[in-house]
Amino acid sequence: MIKAVMVMNTQGKTRLAKFYEYLPVEKQQELIRGVFAVLCSRAENVSNFIDAESIFGLDSRLVYKHFATLYFVFVFDSSENELAVLDLIQVFVETLDRCFKNVCELDVVFNYSKVHTILDVMIFGGQVVETSSSEIMKAVEEISKLEAASNSIALIPKSASGWRSR
Amino acid sequence: MGSQGGFYQSKEFLDLVKSIGEARSKAEEDRIVLGEIDTLKRRISEPDIPKRKMKEYIIRLVYVEMLGHDASFGYIHAVKMTHDDSLLVKRTGYLAVTLFLNEDHDLIILIVNTIQKDLKSDNYLVVCAALNAVCKLINEETIPAVLPQVVELLAHPKEAVRKKAIMALHRFYQKSPSSVSHLVSNFRKRLCDNDPGVMGATLCPLFDLITIDVNSYKDLVISFVSILKQVAERRLPKAYDYHQMPAPFIQIKLLKILALLGSGDKQASENMYTVVGDIFRKCDSSSNIGNAVLYECICCVSSIYPNPKLLESAADAISRFLKSDSHNLKYMGIDALGRLIKISPEIAEQHQLAVIDCLEDPDDTLKRKTFELLYKMTKSTNVEVIVDRMIDYMISINDNHFKTEIASRCVELAEQFAPSNQWFIQTMNKVFEHAGDLVNIKVAHNLMRLIAEGFGEDDDTADSQLRSSAVDSYLHILGEPKLPSVFLQVICWVLGEYGTADGKYSASFITGKLCDVAEAYSNDETVKAYAVTALMKIYAFEIAAGSKVDMLPECQSLMEEFLASHSTDLQQRAYELQAVIGLDAHAVESIMPSDASCEDIEVDKALSFLNGYIQDSIEKGAQPYIPESERSGMLNISKFRNQDHHEASSHGLRFEAYELPKQTVQSRIPPASLASTELVPVPEPMYARESYPTTTVSSASSDAGSTELKLRLDGVQKKWGRQTHSPATSTSSTTSQKTVNGITQVDGSNTSNSRTRETYESRKQQVEITPEKQKLAASLFGGSSKTEKKPATGHKISKSSSYMVEKSHVPKSSMEIASEKKAPIQQPPDLLDFGEPTIQSNAPSIDPFKELEGLLEPTTEVASAKNHSSTAAATKSPDIMGLYTDTPAGIHNKDDSDILSGLSNPPVTHMLDGTTRTQVAQSSKGPNLKDSLQKDALVRQMGVTPSSPNPILFKDLLG
Repeated sequence: MIKAVMVMNTQGKTRLAKFYEYLPVEKQQELIRGVFAVLCSRAENVSNFIDAESIFGLDSRLVYKHFATLYFVFVFDSSENELAVLDLIQVFVETLDRCFKNVCELDVVFNYSKVHTILDVMIFGGQVVETSSSEIMKAVEEISKLEAASNSIALIPKSASGWRSR
Repeated sequence: MGSQGGFYQSKEFLDLVKSIGEARSKAEEDRIVLGEIDTLKRRISEPDIPKRKMKEYIIRLVYVEMLGHDASFGYIHAVKMTHDDSLLVKRTGYLAVTLFLNEDHDLIILIVNTIQKDLKSDNYLVVCAALNAVCKLINEETIPAVLPQVVELLAHPKEAVRKKAIMALHRFYQKSPSSVSHLVSNFRKRLCDNDPGVMGATLCPLFDLITIDVNSYKDLVISFVSILKQVAERRLPKAYDYHQMPAPFIQIKLLKILALLGSGDKQASENMYTVVGDIFRKCDSSSNIGNAVLYECICCVSSIYPNPKLLESAADAISRFLKSDSHNLKYMGIDALGRLIKISPEIAEQHQLAVIDCLEDPDDTLKRKTFELLYKMTKSTNVEVIVDRMIDYMISINDNHFKTEIASRCVELAEQFAPSNQWFIQTMNKVFEHAGDLVNIKVAHNLMRLIAEGFGEDDDTADSQLRSSAVDSYLHILGEPKLPSVFLQVICWVLGEYGTADGKYSASFITGKLCDVAEAYSNDETVKAYAVTALMKIYAFEIAAGSKVDMLPECQSLMEEFLASHSTDLQQRAYELQAVIGLDAHAVESIMPSDASCEDIEVDKALSFLNGYIQDSIEKGAQPYIPESERSGMLNISKFRNQDHHEASSHGLRFEAYELPKQTVQSRIPPASLASTELVPVPEPMYARESYPTTTVSSASSDAGSTELKLRLDGVQKKWGRQTHSPATSTSSTTSQKTVNGITQVDGSNTSNSRTRETYESRKQQVEITPEKQKLAASLFGGSSKTEKKPATGHKISKSSSYMVEKSHVPKSSMEIASEKKAPIQQPPDLLDFGEPTIQSNAPSIDPFKELEGLLEPTTEVASAKNHSSTAAATKSPDIMGLYTDTPAGIHNKDDSDILSGLSNPPVTHMLDGTTRTQVAQSSKGPNLKDSLQKDALVRQMGVTPSSPNPILFKDLLG
């Protein structure tokens, strides 16, 4: 199963952190720092995999991908396949990109809960449940449509394309 | 920036994010966040906040907590938000609570009700949000509260809901299997769901279930195979395609499941061969995801019942991975290789260069994976090279976790395959020196035991050689600064036991060294204790040998210090040392015999050495001791006493010590009762001593009936509130005093006797045999517990191999000389083994070859030892090349050039290529095969059975 998903920038600032097993806040921060320390020390052109046992305990692997100013990090156990998780990150980022049009770090920062929504569609309770970017988009769009409809006071544009254009 | 705002953020939030983004230090960031927390605390508790505002506050809280600050003051507001009617607000509330709370949080009780209600909602998004919360927030106790609704949702019209309901059920199963065990069949049912997404999600719980219990899911093999077939044939909707692969994530999950189901099951595996073969063919190896599926296929193939054709495809795929430029693929290739060599060990050798490349790679992850592979393929023939490499790497890294792992692996390999005692000691020294504080203390104890017991069964000279070499090396190492504590303990112990054993070093030299250790590491009590005990042993041996003991002045001052030490352990040891030195040779020899750490100590439970004393006492009129079991009428009482004891321990308020003194007072008043003293066990020695004077006088003459005595005791019992045979009014408890008299005496002698024994036992205990150690020892001295994985374990094998290595030394050196004559330019003798000196001098940078050669060394040497050709260099080269020709498939001439061209140095490659070809021709005619056959026979003679039917021992290197 997936143990944690983190997004952090190249300066080590956390942009998103989701742990699928409960951990106290301090522990979360410690892990995030640990991960960042390892990521920093990685050279370019090396593999995207890290043996994370020294940070996360037994049976944990870490796959990360570097996009512009952000690191996307997935931590998981031996029941997942490293290359597949690498593609899962790809799916995640592709979805973000579809959602925000040329996604950049600021989109992730400011649309914090949206990113969580996307992640919740993809991964549920630590298991990957949806891997098709277009399906995720469909679900997310539907959610925001219904949210908008149900929320009379919301002044939100009604389609995904309008999210950023206020 | 304005365009980034989107959604529901206010200017304030934007500013917060911006200022945090611009913060230059952690302190500045913290200051900003703390300010924000203050603002939020104030605002959030204001009355009548508009929903939209509230939602933003909660999002800001989540943000603050993500940055590592405490936002617990707002949790209750997040909980309140989940009650809201508006979907948007409700979802935000659920998001916040799933991030904030854990399943055991106090606020959960407030949410369960809401969740229950929301699970029944008409709006599927509400249901989804509630299911999300269920996953994270429901614990074992609250499962029953939501279980019925979740089960109902399995049939929900929306596939997204069905999917989440399945996963929620799975989560329940993980948390408490018993609570949902009756619902497990639902997972099977959902496998047939119309929606491929739901089916795919169902694979996750099924995978877990199958991992736990394979056998009850064997019937699903056919279904899984047919699903996989359909997926691979693109029967799923286009939407599931990813990078032109049909539903690759589902394929991967299915392959994982098949690997579990087919493991060791020929029948099940046969069903899978076709579909797995198809996927191998269809997989697009140019995309990342295609390779992910390929890798999963390899894993599957290596797990199920082997099929030659599939193994071949797997080997092909691995070689593609390893030849790739991508580090990710190399990593997967190494991992896959590690899986496949378990089944077909011969495939490793075609990849040896790639493996060595990975070992040299700057990428740490890849390096570690490669070490894991090497660890898996270690044999007695290549253990030296591999362990040396591992130790070098271990020294170079800082990560304690991985250091520990490597160290323990080194130890494991060294213990399993050590070619010689010398090498073993040296290896252990290196491991201890560089990772001493990280290795398990058991390893140290094991090493001590090993040195004490020796390798050989009956070979005393070998053992003493081992010990002397250990002593030599330790004395040498002691010069190094800052040794780990564990290592020092081993050193002290060995020096104490064997420092003077071979007469090479004088006692004063060794004791001087030990004193140095104790002084240099004066803040490590354990080391000091070891040092003192070692000193004691040295002096004891000296005294036993009849020589006069002169304590060194520094040793004397050390002892003075320890005699006044705060550590009672050190103090005791120092006093013991003092006492031992004062004894005569005979006594010392019996308490501190030389090299007796492995002797079994016989414990005389009957205390027969007291017989004389007892005889004397009885002759003087003492009562003989009656064993408890033989005392008439005592059985019940003792039983009661036992129960009473249990009771006391459970109640905690009953303490014998309070009751008994009262009775002594009573008993002292009527002196008449003195007559009726008897031998009765009393558990309270204090009391016994108190009353001792009054009773001794009459003890000799007392022969009162035991019944009377019993009654008295009953009286005592009754005081404790326990109903016994009959109530007795007796006042006297002097009865027991007598007994105590006898018993305390025995006890006294007992303890005083065991004093000396204890010192032995405590020494012995340091090397006590735990199960793990026994296992290790077993793998070291024969009965290997890992035979199937590493057939070459055991003492005999390491012996024989060391013999072979030794044997090969002679030809090697002669060969070196020979080749040195040929190529005087060449400096490092290792490289000369190549036999073609020009190449090396031309190409100083072909490190991989050096490595390869390193891995090859032991066997090639052996081979050349047998090979009585005129020039050693000439015999050498065909051996190396034989490695290529010996591989089964006929592609290898071509492969050679492939592998070689993978090297960084093109001109060298060409040259090598040329030589390779000529030498291949040579070797095919050459005596290589015959040689190895001969060697195989030799090996068999020595009682070693090669793991593979192929006698060519190159297999042992990389296969």
